This record gives sequence, C-alpha cells and structure tokens, in this order.
Amino acid sequence: MNNGIKIGVPLLIVVALAAIAWIGTDAFHLDMLFGVIIPYIALALFIVGFVIRIIKWARSAVPFRIPTTCGQEKSMPWVKQAKLDNPSSSAGVVGRMLLEVLCFRSLFRNSKAKKDGDKLSFGSAKWLWLFALAFHWSMLIIVFRHLRLFFEPVPAIVTGVEVVDSAFQIGLPIIYITDVLFVGAVTFLFLRRVVLPQVRYISLQNDFFPLFLLLGIGISGVVMRYFFRIDIVAVKELTMSLVAFQPVIPENVGPILYVHLFLVSVLLIYFPWSKLMHAPGIFLSPTRNMANNNRAVRHVNPWNYPVKVHSYEEYEEEYGEKMKRVGLPLDSETNAG
Amino acid sequence: MAKLNKEEVLNFELGVADTPWMDTPTVFKEGMYCHAAKKKTLDVVGMPNTHDWSSSDEDWNLPEDWKEILLDGMKDRLEKYRSFRLFMDVCVRCGACADKCHFYLGSGDPKNMPVLRAELLRSVYRRYFTTSGKLFGKLAGARDLTEEVLHEWWYYFYQCTECRRCSAFCPYGIDQAEITIMGRELLNLIGLNTDWIAGPVSNCFMKGNHVGLEPQTIMGNVEFMMDDLEEATGVHCEPSFNRKGAEILFVVPSGDLYAEPGTFTFMGYILLLEHLGLDYTLSTYASEGGNFGFFTSNEMAKRLNSKMYAEAKRLGVKWILGGECGHMWRLVNQYMDTWNGPADFLEMPVSPITGTKFENAASTKMVHITEFTADLIYHNKIKLDPSRNDHLNVTFHDSCNTSRAMGLLEEPRYIVKHVCNNFHEMPEETIREKTLCCGSGAGLNAGENMELRMRGGYPRADAVRSVIERFGVNTLANICAIDRAAMPALMDYWVPGTRVTGVHELVGNALVLGDDDYRQLDLRLEEIPNAKQPPAPEPEPVAETAEGEASEGGSNA
Repeated sequence: MNNGIKIGVPLLIVVALAAIAWIGTDAFHLDMLFGVIIPYIALALFIVGFVIRIIKWARSAVPFRIPTTCGQEKSMPWVKQAKLDNPSSSAGVVGRMLLEVLCFRSLFRNSKAKKDGDKLSFGSAKWLWLFALAFHWSMLIIVFRHLRLFFEPVPAIVTGVEVVDSAFQIGLPIIYITDVLFVGAVTFLFLRRVVLPQVRYISLQNDFFPLFLLLGIGISGVVMRYFFRIDIVAVKELTMSLVAFQPVIPENVGPILYVHLFLVSVLLIYFPWSKLMHAPGIFLSPTRNMANNNRAVRHVNPWNYPVKVHSYEEYEEEYGEKMKRVGLPLDSETNAG
Repeated sequence: MAKLNKEEVLNFELGVADTPWMDTPTVFKEGMYCHAAKKKTLDVVGMPNTHDWSSSDEDWNLPEDWKEILLDGMKDRLEKYRSFRLFMDVCVRCGACADKCHFYLGSGDPKNMPVLRAELLRSVYRRYFTTSGKLFGKLAGARDLTEEVLHEWWYYFYQCTECRRCSAFCPYGIDQAEITIMGRELLNLIGLNTDWIAGPVSNCFMKGNHVGLEPQTIMGNVEFMMDDLEEATGVHCEPSFNRKGAEILFVVPSGDLYAEPGTFTFMGYILLLEHLGLDYTLSTYASEGGNFGFFTSNEMAKRLNSKMYAEAKRLGVKWILGGECGHMWRLVNQYMDTWNGPADFLEMPVSPITGTKFENAASTKMVHITEFTADLIYHNKIKLDPSRNDHLNVTFHDSCNTSRAMGLLEEPRYIVKHVCNNFHEMPEETIREKTLCCGSGAGLNAGENMELRMRGGYPRADAVRSVIERFGVNTLANICAIDRAAMPALMDYWVPGTRVTGVHELVGNALVLGDDDYRQLDLRLEEIPNAKQPPAPEPEPVAETAEGEASEGGSNA
C-alpha cells in the first residue's frame, strides 16, 4: 500500500473524528451524546471486547511448554543459572514477567545490524526501548492522575503522584512531566515508523491509526488544560455524575473536552479488536510465561492423542535377518529368517 | 558453488523493496529453495493429499479443495495452539526483530524480516478469522488466500530455520519458529513438503534414522570408526547395540554415525564412555536423536520421537544419555515428555562415576552428554591433556536450539575450556541466547539451496571471521549435528581453513587414557603437532641442546 495512503488515511480519520466531536457539540449541541452516551457505550464495548478476546486466547490450548530461553538453564548446582532470563520456577517466571512488563527486558536487548561492504556489525540500539518505556509509563501515570476526576475526595496517592509528576514546575499553569513525555514519545514512535525504511515498510494503517489517536488524545488534553483552560470543576461534575450513573451535562465546558472524550471513547472501542491487545497478550505469551523445567516437571498436552508409530516388533520383522547376520540380539528368533 | 560469486552474493543492502510487500510478487530464485517432496516418499508415512509436483513449476497440482483444507487447518490450529492465535493477534510491528534474522542479514530480502514472514500468514488470518479483516480487507492488512500467496508461504517458510533469534528480541516473545511450524504444518496438509525433509522422515520412520542406515550398515560404520579410533589411541572399543539390561541408552544424531566430522565426535563419545567403563548401549532401532518430523508436523515429530522411550523401555535401561545435537535437544527438552511420556519406567538419571543426580532431568530422564561430561570434569574424574589441542585455536558456536530452547550455554564452554588451551569467544551479539544460526537448520541443509545456506550462514561466518582476524581462530566447535554437516561448506565458502568440530572430538583428543598414553594421532588420524613423547628407555647424559632431538627420536608413532 502506498505510504501516503497508509499514513494519510488514518490521520484523516482521526482529524475527522475530532472534528465530528467539535462540530457535534459546538454547532449541534449533542453534548449528551458525546459526553454521556458514547462514553458509556465505549466503556461497555471495551469491557466486553476485552473479555471476549481474553476468553478466545484462553480457550486455545497450551500443548507444549516452549519458553524462549535467554540465559543459562538450571543444571548442576555449580553452574550459575540465569534465573530471570531462563527461569525454572514460578517465582522466576513472575520475575521474568515483571522485568518484561515493567522494564521491557526483551526490547532492552535490541541491537542494530549494520552491513558495511562484506562486514556485519551489531551496534547498540536502545532508543526504541527508551521511548517505548517513556510512552507506556507516562500513559500509565496520566491515566492514574485522571482518577482525581472519579473520586471525591481525591485519594492521597493520586495527589502524591501529581506532586511528583509536576516536580519540575516553575510558575503556573502546572506542567506535568508525563504530558511532555507522552506527546514526545508518541511523536518519536510515529517518526520512527516513518523514517526507518524497514519499519515504514512493515507498517500497516492499523499501526498509524492508534498513534494518531493517542497523539490526538494527548494534544486535546494538553490544549484543553493549557490553552482553553476549561473549568476543571465542571469537568469533575460530569465525571462524577457518570460514575454515579446520574449523568449531568455541566455548563462551561468547551467542545475541546468532547473532542478529548470522544477520542478516548474511540480508543476504548478500538482497543479490544486491535494490536493494542498486546498489553494483556504479553501475560499469556507461552514463550515468556512458562518455566524452562520440562525435563524436571512433565507438561501435559490436553489434546495429546495416540499416533501411528513404527514399532520395534515391525522393525525386527523387517530387518531381523540382517540383524542376526551382524550379531545383534533378536527378541524373536523367527525374525532371523 | 563455484558459480556463486561472493561479491555478488553480498551485493545487497539491509533495506526494503520499492514496492509494498503485498504487491511484490515472489520470484523463485534457483539456489534459494529445495526440491519438492516426492509422493512416494510422503506415502511411506501416510501424509495426506500427496501428489507429484515440482517447486519450480507454476502449477503445483494442488488438490481441488486446497483452500478449504488450509483454512480448516488454520482454524483447527488456532484452537490447539495459544501461541499461534496470540502471535497472530499481538504483533505491533515495532520492527525489533527485523534485523535479527540471519536470512535477512544475509539476503536483504524484506520478506525475511521475521515480522514480515509472519505477516505472510497473518494477513490471511485477518482476512478469514477477524471481523476487521473480513469487513475492511486490505485496509485492515488482510488479503485473500490465493495460489500466489501459497507459493510465497512455501518459499519463505522454507527460508526460516526456526532458530528463535527473533523471539529473544520480541517484546512479547512472538516466536517466528512457531509461525513457521504452523505454516509448514499447513503446507503439509496438501502435500507440499520438501524432498530433503520428507526423505529423512520416511527413512527415520522405517529404519530408525534420517540417513537410512540399516542395522548392518550402522554396525559396519561403527566398526570402521572403531578401527580408526584404535589406530589413533591404541585402544580397541566395541560399543554394544540393542543390549538388554544396560544401565544407559545412548542416543546420538545419526549424522555422527555417517559422515565426517560427525564421526570424529562419535569416536570422542565412545572413547570417553568406554574409558569410564560405563554400562551403556546404543540402539539400531532408536538410532536417531534428531527429528525431521518436527519440520513437517507436530504429529510426525511425535511419531519419530516415540522410538527413544519405546526402546529404553524394551531394553530395560535406567536412563537415557543424548549426544550433541541441536533440534534433538529442543525436542527432548520441550516436547518429548509431553508427547511420549511419562517415562515412569525409567529412573532419575545418576552419573555412575560421580554420583551426581541430574535433578533437572528428573521427569524426562534424559541427560545431555555435555552435562554428563562437564560433571565428570568438575569432579576431576577424568585426566585431560589440553595441550594435545594446542594447534587448535577454538571458538564455540552455540546452536540455536540448545541456546534458545534449553539454555545449555555453560556446560559445553566448561568442557571446551578444559580440553583446549586456546579459546576465544565470538562477539557478544552473536553468541549464547543471541547466537546466529548456521543457516541450514530446520531441514534446509540440502544441496540444491546452497545459495540460501551460504546467505543464511553469512552472519555466523562473519562473526567467525572477526575472531580469525583478532585471535587467529582456526576451529569452530559446536554441539549440533546439523552444524557439523553444514558448517564445513559454510566455512569453506566464507572463511576457508576453519575446522569444524564437535565438542567431544576435542574431549576425545584431550582424554588421557593412562600413564602410557603417548598418542601421536588425533581422532582424525592426523599428527598431533606437539604430542608428548614417551620417556626415552634409558636416558643418557647428553649435551644440553640434544634434548629435543632425543625425544623426537623416541617417537613411536
């Protein structure tokens, strides 16, 4: 597919989505639709879709224990085992998984191959790891900070995270580190996809769409806060009413809030049907969530079935004469010919 | 091979094609693919939908309903393998795997980037098994299953050695080996195997080993090797076969019974085991550790693998010892017990020499010979003279399977360091869990696809070149029969003059059999350059410079 279409179409879709929410609320006053109905539907679809997908995965069997071992196995006591990269116990697996989920262990291994004439070299390549980490952690913290909109009083931990997150603050309005990191990291991931030939080549529209969507959410959130300066109390009025299932549309919130909310809703709806499911998927990945202890503990395949084999008896019947001639013992002398 | 010009082979960039991959037709390039499996070979083992066809033809003579068969096969496997379904769904195309595949690094063909090789299948999965793919088609990265797509699958799933290097780098552990395995299973539903895989499979099923050695030939080959071993060491060994009541069943890859340099490795095993006086036996029925069935289908792999436990049970041994082989150990470690266990007729493996209990093999009851030998060395149970290998400057190639599907990294190194004085590691990015494949694994070590093999092995060979230049390395040690079969050609092509050896060949050379072991020949029957000389019968007082001459004269080689 042409690069222009591959990148342009998802971008247009996201811009169109933002415009729909803006015009829908600003010109047609569909505040109820964009502020209440769609968010509710989106959340419901997210939960249902997410669960369906997990059930689908979970219903597929795990016939074999196939961890990718990335270090020394457990063998004799004097050989030092790589307990996290090649775990043999459940604790080791949990450790490996935590490293993977919290620190992106495998991505940290990344290198870049260079071919110079007839020579190959492998250079360090930690940028993807760094920005992926920055993106995912900022997103987590930002989502966590949003909890202030759904609790009254605001839990101390949320306020605590906010304080830390705004530690570089000089003057007003408050600038959150994670806001900057989030937009920066998503931009990096987008540029990387466009600039690196290999990554551009393998990218689908499905890869650009969520990036633009996230960028749209990030930007709409940032401008809402720093430029439109919308009434945060009114926003909380809305969110608290949603939590209480007694939705109230407040005054004093501009269409920008609905743009933000609508893009988040689209993300929620899109999530379970897309590659974004890598988030729960990693926990189910058989090459990462299993211990390398097959030789010590038997793994059972739920659909194991008997197969046709060539038995020793058949073998001896066929080769008994030849076996006898070279002095090999036979189970049945009748096979000696 | 002479036709294959190195400059031309390396005249590529690690880039991408000008056209989007879905619109880039697959051109079958001679030297990059294998011959088609013959119908009669596949019929031996009862594979479905066998037919005669040729991989270089346009028309593959497909069964009428090939598409339904494949899609049904996919559906079935999506339910049977969580790995398959998950790996179809969760890839984000971050590209971390893109430059990790040795075939991409050696060809620059973008469809050899693991992510794209997976997309070949994923795009069809989306089209038939996801709502978005059904609704939006190409916009959602989906495409129809056509004969062109099928040909593309065949071409590229037989350009993957299932080495799992991509999987080590993938943030979700997506393993292209799993996808290739599924892809090949699907192709085998409609009779599309390669001749180089189907042949060994039917051999192994009927005769017990890939190379098709009948019992009398095995015995003859072994006798021949034992004669050579006697010439080298002065010791006559007579390993037993099919002997009931032995304590240990020893299973090796059949390549070690058949061709150099594997035969030298076999001589090394036997010299060690006989020297220890171990109560072991080999089997002509279970005369194969490797398993080309694994490159065909899961079921086929299980059928071939069954012989090891069956024979261990019939002979009444206590446990199984396994030779140096890569994919054999992937299967022993990750599949055998699940397929054909529980091996409750066997006992927890215990080394009769050191008393070590191999608790890590408590269920499978099968021990790798480098674990066994490393344990011997650790407990000081064998005398070694590493100086016999002094003319060898050794580096160690981790085989893909023992590294990334087992983690057998230190044991072979421990041995090599004790039997050789000159050992140098290749660059860190090319060893251990990041090891680069020989380029000929997973059934690709045929003759007609030599260009593919040389390309796929180029990254490994280039890493060897770097230690040749830096340290003067001249020997590539390994613990894999495919390596021993494929690497000599690879080394000859890229870095001529590099010797390929199994670890136990080095052990056999260094093993001191007794106080009077003044061997002058190594297991290849070549002179050991600095072999120790037996003491002169009656040392006479001589001039100071004459010492060397005296000992030279005393050689009884």
